[in-house]
Amino acid sequence: MSSDKINADKLTGGAHSPLRRKLLLGMAALPAIGLLPRGALAQALPTDAVNTTKLAVTDSTVKVGILHSTTGTMAISETGSVQAEKLAIAQINEMGGVLGRKIEVIQEDGASDWPTFAEKARKLLVEDKVAAVFGCWTSASRKAVLPVFEQYNGMLYYPTFYEGLEQSKNVIYTGQEATQQILAGLDWVTKEKGAKSFFLIGSDYIWPRTSNKIARKHIEMHGQKVVGEEYFPLGHTQFNSVINKIKLTKPDVIYASVVGGSNVAFYKQLKAAGIDLNKQTLMTISVTEDEMLGIGGENIAGAYACMKYFQSLKNPNNEKFVAAFKKMWGGESVIGDVTQAGYLGPWLWKLTAEKAKSFDIDKIAAASAGIEFTGAPEGYVRVHENHHLWSKTRVGRARTDGQFDVVFETADLIEPNPFPKGYQ
Amino acid sequence: MFEGYSLAELGSIFAMQGFAGLILFSVFVLMALGLAIIFGQMGVINMAHGEFMILGAYVTYLCSNFISTYAPALFPAYFFIAMALAFLASGALGMLVEWGMIRFLYRRPLDTLLATWGLSLILQQVFRSVFGAREVGVVLPDWLMGSVAVTDTIEVPINGLFVMGLTMAITIVIYAVMFRSRWGQGVRAVMQNRVMAGAVGINTEKVDRYTFGLGCGIAGVAGSAFTMVGSTGPTSGQLYIVDTFLVVVFGGAQSLVGTIASAFTISQAQSTMEFFLSGSTAKVLTLLTVVVILMLRPQGLFVLKVRR
Repeated sequence: MSSDKINADKLTGGAHSPLRRKLLLGMAALPAIGLLPRGALAQALPTDAVNTTKLAVTDSTVKVGILHSTTGTMAISETGSVQAEKLAIAQINEMGGVLGRKIEVIQEDGASDWPTFAEKARKLLVEDKVAAVFGCWTSASRKAVLPVFEQYNGMLYYPTFYEGLEQSKNVIYTGQEATQQILAGLDWVTKEKGAKSFFLIGSDYIWPRTSNKIARKHIEMHGQKVVGEEYFPLGHTQFNSVINKIKLTKPDVIYASVVGGSNVAFYKQLKAAGIDLNKQTLMTISVTEDEMLGIGGENIAGAYACMKYFQSLKNPNNEKFVAAFKKMWGGESVIGDVTQAGYLGPWLWKLTAEKAKSFDIDKIAAASAGIEFTGAPEGYVRVHENHHLWSKTRVGRARTDGQFDVVFETADLIEPNPFPKGYQ
Repeated sequence: MFEGYSLAELGSIFAMQGFAGLILFSVFVLMALGLAIIFGQMGVINMAHGEFMILGAYVTYLCSNFISTYAPALFPAYFFIAMALAFLASGALGMLVEWGMIRFLYRRPLDTLLATWGLSLILQQVFRSVFGAREVGVVLPDWLMGSVAVTDTIEVPINGLFVMGLTMAITIVIYAVMFRSRWGQGVRAVMQNRVMAGAVGINTEKVDRYTFGLGCGIAGVAGSAFTMVGSTGPTSGQLYIVDTFLVVVFGGAQSLVGTIASAFTISQAQSTMEFFLSGSTAKVLTLLTVVVILMLRPQGLFVLKVRR
């Protein structure tokens, strides 16, 4: 699907009156009565059978929403997710769509503003009656739209690794929750580097604080020590004082969850202060290939990142995915963990709809558990009953060219556990 | 937190901490100088100050790409070229903005707040459309990276020293221009009494335009220098704007000396507290202190004595 097409959808989507839409839907349903069957599958699965709740499904199309920030501060991070979701949708359409119906995208801009996210989510569900929404990035935006999705019974595919402590019938979490991402990495650094002391540093909001709480519990459970725990306001740009504190406390591992523009300042100043990341172990859970672009590979080379996906992952799925992504969005583009998780959303939804033989939200929600996606770039994934994904965790080592060398991956898929006992 | 450390170790940590404070001080002065001229001297509340800085940062980015592709031999020195270009680019845009927008608003200072805020949003979106939403990485020449080892245990970041030197140089130049040149005299005259300055033959429109351009140009240089310590993205300017206004208002808006004194106070307080307390607490305490002092002394630390 070309981006022109998507834009046109977006432009005209808001102008139609609900009445006109109903009329159009009615007209579009006419062929189903038997005048002109379109495509074998659509005929086998008539619209009123796969869509009993008046979603925007016709004999030949199904509408979905993409809801990310393309303006405002979060556009930096969310652009990759939008691109991945559009790629997945284009690929699915090439294969014939979902249940014989082509996917049409209605894209809305959350504008990095949480009330706007809620408003646009309501628009997508109530006016556009989309069958699924792929979107949100920050926890704040997800928390803002969650009541909307639960009230109007929509389906959200949420791509970001996040702090956990949430589970909803109306959300599929395609990124990792905190324990999946954190625990394996800590165990690895303990075993590999003999780490005994940790310095936790993060941006001051829910995700780093919850993640560090889990990390601290795990560290202390194993008899190791946290020698410092620091948070800085979002957008903080001066880290020289805390770097001195790190020098004073000499931790075996710096454990970083700094995000956004602060990230760049933190690594540049770390390097300028003479901390060589080839000698000082640093593990981050917030730097993906996307962030590396801004930080500059030379400033962070040697650091370890712990997440489920790296662009450099070697498997046939990923090679195909990276090539297709670059073909669609340009050879310069990089793919981070969340971008890959964004790519999973449309595929998981397609597989679920085909298993449920329906677009109905309740049937999709019920059929989601156990859905397997063997074509995932990160390798095989499976949806857990708690609507999170079983996935492997990997540790990558940052290179100067902005990519990671994968140095470790867990042998098995890790079970998602959004409400970890003993870690709260 | 100091048990188990030798006196020498503590000494070197405190020395490095002192440098950290000085570097923060330089950063504050550098980002506030341009605004001190525009807000302090002209009374224009320029909410787009951060975006002028980021324009300078993007010029540096383009310059580093251009030079590393076409004239790699010049790369070690490219930063100086980039800063000069950043000054010109931000200054030119500043003059354009003054001509197209600000000059209609001199009598309505509060409206400049809204107008320049709108301008900042427009500029952010322009950056986003031109350079993409993601942050860009500015590659530094090798000599600007790493640190100088003063002793075995004391290490000082080179880019910090560079910012300190640059700040000092710019401050001296500004001082000379504003207080030792005929042009600066004209600027000060216009700010004190626009009508009278016009009456004695000063071309006030021209003075306004160049003053605004100078302020924005300095913002551009600051942005260029900050590519060494911070991020370069469409909205990075927002990271600096609050601190910048804080420094200028706290110092007493109309006094350049006040700006420097206030930058020193705030930076030392913040960097010391960050070391002993946590980062967020330090910020809260700094802001609280500033609020209390401004309640007691609303005009800021230093006041220009003018007969009104």
